Amino acid sequence: MTVSFLQPIRFLILALALGLFSAPVSAQLRVDITQGGSEPLPIAVLDFSNNSASPALQNLGRSIAEVIRNNLANTLLFAVTPTEAMIKRYIGLDREPNFENWRIINTQAVVHGHVQQKPDGTISVGFRLWDAYQEVQMFASEYGASASAWRRIAHIMSDAIYSRLTGEGAYFDSSIVYIAESGPADKRIKRLAIMDQDGANHSFLTNGLETVLTPRFSPTKREITYLSYSSGVPHVYLYDISTGRQEILGSYEGITFAPRFSPDGNSLIFSQSIRGNSEIYTINLRNRKRQRLTNNGAIDTSPSFSPDGTQVVFTSDRGSKPHLYVMNSDGSNPERISFGKGSYTTPVWSPRGDLIAFTKQERGKFSIGVMRTDGSEERILSQSYLEEGPTWSPNGRVLMFFRESQQGNDAKLYSVDLTGHNLREVPTPINASDPAWSPLK
Amino acid sequence: MTRKTSLKTHWIVALGAALALAACSTPKQETSTTAVDATGSNQANTVSSETQISVATTDNSIRPGSSDDFALNVPDRVFFGYDRYDLSAEAGDILDTQVRWLQNYGNVNIVIGGHADNRGTREYNLALSERRAQSVRDYMVGLGISSDRITVVPYGKERPAVVGNNESAWAENRRAVTTVDAR
Repeated sequence: MTVSFLQPIRFLILALALGLFSAPVSAQLRVDITQGGSEPLPIAVLDFSNNSASPALQNLGRSIAEVIRNNLANTLLFAVTPTEAMIKRYIGLDREPNFENWRIINTQAVVHGHVQQKPDGTISVGFRLWDAYQEVQMFASEYGASASAWRRIAHIMSDAIYSRLTGEGAYFDSSIVYIAESGPADKRIKRLAIMDQDGANHSFLTNGLETVLTPRFSPTKREITYLSYSSGVPHVYLYDISTGRQEILGSYEGITFAPRFSPDGNSLIFSQSIRGNSEIYTINLRNRKRQRLTNNGAIDTSPSFSPDGTQVVFTSDRGSKPHLYVMNSDGSNPERISFGKGSYTTPVWSPRGDLIAFTKQERGKFSIGVMRTDGSEERILSQSYLEEGPTWSPNGRVLMFFRESQQGNDAKLYSVDLTGHNLREVPTPINASDPAWSPLK
Repeated sequence: MTRKTSLKTHWIVALGAALALAACSTPKQETSTTAVDATGSNQANTVSSETQISVATTDNSIRPGSSDDFALNVPDRVFFGYDRYDLSAEAGDILDTQVRWLQNYGNVNIVIGGHADNRGTREYNLALSERRAQSVRDYMVGLGISSDRITVVPYGKERPAVVGNNESAWAENRRAVTTVDAR
């Protein structure tokens, strides 16, 4: 597994198939996350080192386990056994847990592993996942990397455990870019900020001198597109995370806003508004060729590609109120898909392709919801005084958005499962809005 | 003075009410009523500094055609209905005053800032606020002001004039504000 998404690129993670690990047995142990509201699965994650290790390795072994526990607990799908309640804090990689004892404290899944320091300074981290009732190994793997990459290894292992137990795709090894907010509402300071999905490695990318809004990740490069008032009027910019370089998309009449990348990362789709008429365009980032997709006197904005790149969902008030429309990616055949009461904005196509998330406004409330791509089966997942701007987790199971109360000045990030369960505030150092989830690193 | 609902008036009235309160214990009924009206309903609204600064320039060294002159003598903003960008008759009167001033000072350029309340999502409100600013621009151009003199900057819901979540705050925030372009 080559890692091209981490900056600086300094290491390589190797997933080794180890001889001592038997092939994963097809076990029954599984968290059903498609229904929601089911009991969290009790799981114990042991430390990855014991007291005989060096202090540095002891720390590392505990920290790795803590990151995994935190990831699993944050999903609210798992009941993570507290370390105080554990029968053992460490079991060597070559041993099997005493399943009977773990069953007594009602632990259904056990994760244990070890971390070792290699002579060249790199670390090797191995782990095993067990079904304590069937007494079978469900998964095992070992990773090698530079010691500084321990956190990413912990996320990759969390993903392996989550995927094995839920049958769903991974998402812990990802980042969130968002807008960090400070100052009073009429002089709000807004900065681009980035952090790991679990809040670690937080950093501010811009200094707050110019208002920035609506950042979105490239699906293929460590790059962000966003809106900035740097030039005095709103325009679309690109930010290279590796170099910190900010670049205006181009010299356009009027304003440009609402940018998103195409699924292949080669194009942007965005709105340009000239004399009060906003239209949707794509631009090829390589040859700078531009294509206009809408031609309508109404507001046409917030475009989002389907994952196969063949269609675009967007917001338009061409039917008087803002509603969602789907068109082909050449602009042909636009069709309205939302027909409920209220207004519908900020559509985002799910990475699985089958759903569209949106913000709905009705009778003084804002909601985050999903519907099928033909507009059927609308479901509201979360509702409050003011919330907007959903973004999908890489596996399409979780949505993040932001919320503000009627008192105001308290924008915070929240996440909710596709089932509408497990609503959770995502902690940030200061107030936060406009979250965007990265693809898997 | 006709409908001068700009915050300037409110601020002055509020200040007047405060002074009246300080001077004697029985302020005039109308004055205090207006002051309460200015702060909206049950929630306390804070008036933005943008407004306070423009009121604070009360010295008599104001140069005709300057931004201070405009701020003191011309109503600077028009208001819009919810999700609307059409100009009311009152807005037309205010813009007529602005246009007369601009005709007097033909070398002055202006910025029209478009704004929306926070009862909408960010990108849609940006587009809506641009439409509002363009309505003002189109009205002025229709009366002979050169489009070269006008820059439109939409702010969406990013820069409320009145901080608060109630009808009166939202109504004050759905606006287009004309300022003299200092660049």
